[in-house]
Amino acid sequence: MEQEVSLREAYGKTLLELGLENPDIVVLDADLSRSTMTHFFAHELPERFFECGVAEQNMISIAAGMASSGKIPFASTFAVFAPGRCFDQIRMSIAQPQLNVKIVATHGGITVGEDGSSHQSIEDLALICSLPGFNVIVPADAIETAQAVEAAVANYGPFYIRLCRPKSQLIYNEDYRFKLGKAVTLRQGKDAAIIAIGLMVKEALEAAKNLKQEGIDCRVLNMPTLKPLDEAAIIKAAETGAIVTAEEHLEHGGLGSMVARVVAQHQPVPMELVALKDTYAKSGKPAELLMRYGLTAKDIEQAVKSAIKRK
Amino acid sequence: MSSPKECKLPSTSADSAEAEVFSLSASTAKMKAVAKKIRRHIVTMTGKAGSGHPGGSLSAVEIVTTLYFKVMRHKPHDPHWPERDRFILSKGHAAPLLYATLAECGYLPVSELCTLRQMDSLLQGHTDCNLTPGVEMSAGALGQGLSFALGVALAGRLNKQDYRVYALLGDGECDEGQVWEAAMASAHFKADNLVAIVDNNGQQIDGWNRDVMNLEPFPDKWQAFGWQVIEVDGHSIPQLTQAFKKTKKIKGQPTVIIAHTIKGKGVSFMENNPDFHGAAPNEIEVKLALKELE
Repeated sequence: MEQEVSLREAYGKTLLELGLENPDIVVLDADLSRSTMTHFFAHELPERFFECGVAEQNMISIAAGMASSGKIPFASTFAVFAPGRCFDQIRMSIAQPQLNVKIVATHGGITVGEDGSSHQSIEDLALICSLPGFNVIVPADAIETAQAVEAAVANYGPFYIRLCRPKSQLIYNEDYRFKLGKAVTLRQGKDAAIIAIGLMVKEALEAAKNLKQEGIDCRVLNMPTLKPLDEAAIIKAAETGAIVTAEEHLEHGGLGSMVARVVAQHQPVPMELVALKDTYAKSGKPAELLMRYGLTAKDIEQAVKSAIKRK
Repeated sequence: MSSPKECKLPSTSADSAEAEVFSLSASTAKMKAVAKKIRRHIVTMTGKAGSGHPGGSLSAVEIVTTLYFKVMRHKPHDPHWPERDRFILSKGHAAPLLYATLAECGYLPVSELCTLRQMDSLLQGHTDCNLTPGVEMSAGALGQGLSFALGVALAGRLNKQDYRVYALLGDGECDEGQVWEAAMASAHFKADNLVAIVDNNGQQIDGWNRDVMNLEPFPDKWQAFGWQVIEVDGHSIPQLTQAFKKTKKIKGQPTVIIAHTIKGKGVSFMENNPDFHGAAPNEIEVKLALKELE
């Protein structure tokens, strides 16, 4: 079995490395530093770590004030709390002035698991992608996570990076180079294109492998940057005549909605959305939840067949 | 057809001499004259715009005038000067007051004030830090400014810069829970380079604070959150000056100046009248107000 690596740990360790090199990096957390893994930074660079307590709104506006004074603040909490708990602060303190704040939210999606719906973030991408000028990244593995964090430092402006709670097998090797705003073609294919983010990338690859055995040749794209969206890659994917998106998020306002907008505007083809339908999930083990709510390789395979039928 | 609304602004000396802008020794008489000029700008510009928030702008005129003309270290011709003291307007609806003050200091031409709230103006209905020189924060959604100011203060400490940060809040704004999150955090981080000023005019959109949402015992609350509290008559320039001087000597904790003010101060029919919280004077009212402010 392939090795599973924590995206959160990759974030925490990369943040510390970058912090050691760049004195402008400061880190804020809202009483979750051991879960978000900002504690690596806190331990080594305590003078640049600001524990804000359970007060996410305050944390976001403090981060904005720091950014306006030349710092590069990373503010971390669970995805359900940022943007959920502090949407107006993100909108007014960060997005409107386009400040250089990096929000890294962990525990995105339903694979938070046993904590249940209060802690499962299924609306965060819709919320954050609605804000003009925000860069939004959903890494698929630990290697992509580390590079996304580097990109957030290298590029001025507001960033939102969404990480999942569980460890995940590596999609990429060390040669991989993340490019902001660019999709990655992981597998070529001509019958349909699967576009996936986060944990669903691995499911998409497995679905493509299984479909190949049935004679269906799928292209697989990872779309790590949701904003700015790689529209050219989506239009190119539409050449296959059918598109399936896969994400650990509501179908409203997430990857599927955004891809559908581009497809409808530029090259209409049949589409299916593998995403959480209009519902909250429940407590359970991550794998059980993915199965219950239709977010597995099998579900993607079904969706590909439905989309191809409508060609 | 109605004729275009008049926008005759008082003449200014701001563009001529930067040295005049901030002088610790400026006499009270001179300061009062500046305050009156700023009041006239507020009435004129909101009247011209036909909308805006004159009441809460007029109540804080002495607070902001004292800061910009007596207390703060700043360079109107270099708005991004790294060593400047920072003024964070948290009650963003008092934008006309800030714009008028910035214009009197020389950050922008006084003639620009007539464009308030119009298409393509530098002067938005609520502050926009990317458009208006001298505006530190985009505001308008209440409750965020004190947190933002704390961030600016903490960054200054990290950068080993000795600038001070002044955040102006409305009293009605203190209904927002985030203000108290920020109050707790500012004391926790011992931000003694941060001063909050509350424009305590006692009124908010729906009426008196005590009827809308009781804030009292207001000074005790700040004290309990770990702040040094100074109460002043918010229309007394000498009292405000003394209070700001005192804040510089307070170490290890932030200071709040609770400035007792009158909403709509300076114009008899606007004073303590919540109707002028978010409504501009009409043409006749502008004329009457300017007459009172002669």
